[in-house]
Amino acid sequence: MKKNIILLLIVIILGVGPLFIQKGAEFGGSDGQAEAAVGKIAPDYKPWFHTLWKPPSGEIESLLFALQAGIGAGFIGYFVGFMRGKNKQVDEER
Amino acid sequence: MKTIKMKKKNLIIIYFALLFLFIPKQAFAMHIMEGFLPIEWALFWWGIALPSLIIGLRSIKKKVKDHPELKMMLGLSGAFAFVLSALKIPSVTGSCSHPTGVGLGAILFGPTAMSVVGFCVLLFQALLLAHGGITTLGANTFSMAIVGPIISYLVYKGANKAGLSFSVAIFLAATLGDLSTYVVTSFQLALAFPSEVGGIMASFAKFASIFAVTQIPLAISEGLLTVIIMNVLTKYNLQALKMLRVLSKEGR
Repeated sequence: MKKNIILLLIVIILGVGPLFIQKGAEFGGSDGQAEAAVGKIAPDYKPWFHTLWKPPSGEIESLLFALQAGIGAGFIGYFVGFMRGKNKQVDEER
Repeated sequence: MKTIKMKKKNLIIIYFALLFLFIPKQAFAMHIMEGFLPIEWALFWWGIALPSLIIGLRSIKKKVKDHPELKMMLGLSGAFAFVLSALKIPSVTGSCSHPTGVGLGAILFGPTAMSVVGFCVLLFQALLLAHGGITTLGANTFSMAIVGPIISYLVYKGANKAGLSFSVAIFLAATLGDLSTYVVTSFQLALAFPSEVGGIMASFAKFASIFAVTQIPLAISEGLLTVIIMNVLTKYNLQALKMLRVLSKEGR
């Protein structure tokens, strides 16, 4: 388990580090900049289809992303707890 | 002796982690945006993705029929991909991207099963989050749910054969699978938008510097997280790993 904590720390460093190294950066998503890249190579290209539904605001978008992560993490937590409990029971029966 | 070896391994991991923090470059990365593939390419990638999904569904059905108790493990693979692909993490390039999380499931259930799981995650994001898109879903499925898992699976098997330790094999498989997804994304965009000067390869270099470089630290993070969850699985659910024949023959 100690090994896992060390690994987790590295993950956190990898995530937080860029904030200090790239201080002035925007840390934006892709869409705007990606459009620019395609626009440079193929100036005539026009997207021929648009998203059916867009989250009305950045807040609602982050709500949905948080929900996605929350549902997934909830399941993982439940399953790990379940495995642990089952494992313990088997050990006690022996 | 073992602890010294362990320490050396940790040092190497930390070294590379720090090294990647110092690559300066302005870029961005994610799935291909809605409407951003010409219609013929959109259809082409859908055409490749659909049969893979059918094969994937069949493989899941068979696995679950043979071992109904593995349903929860499949759920875990899906949940892991769900969580990881929701986490937009800042990268050294000054922009954000997210891991794919499909490496774990590919190692556990094989690459075909993950095509379905990855597709579900992408569909969710395309419909509710305006992230990726329906027209580009085929292409994004190909990169994240087909090629990524295949690479993860092959790397894992190869690393096992080469005699690398369980953790290292898992790490390499998840990291390279993640990275390959974004290499493929770059290639897909390059195919659809070849540069006037230099053609497809010049375009590829451009998109790869955008998509793949941002992804490097995130791919490493994904590799580490996959090792963590595998450690938990080997501790508490060795039986399921044996059932899925994940562990190599020595029966670690």
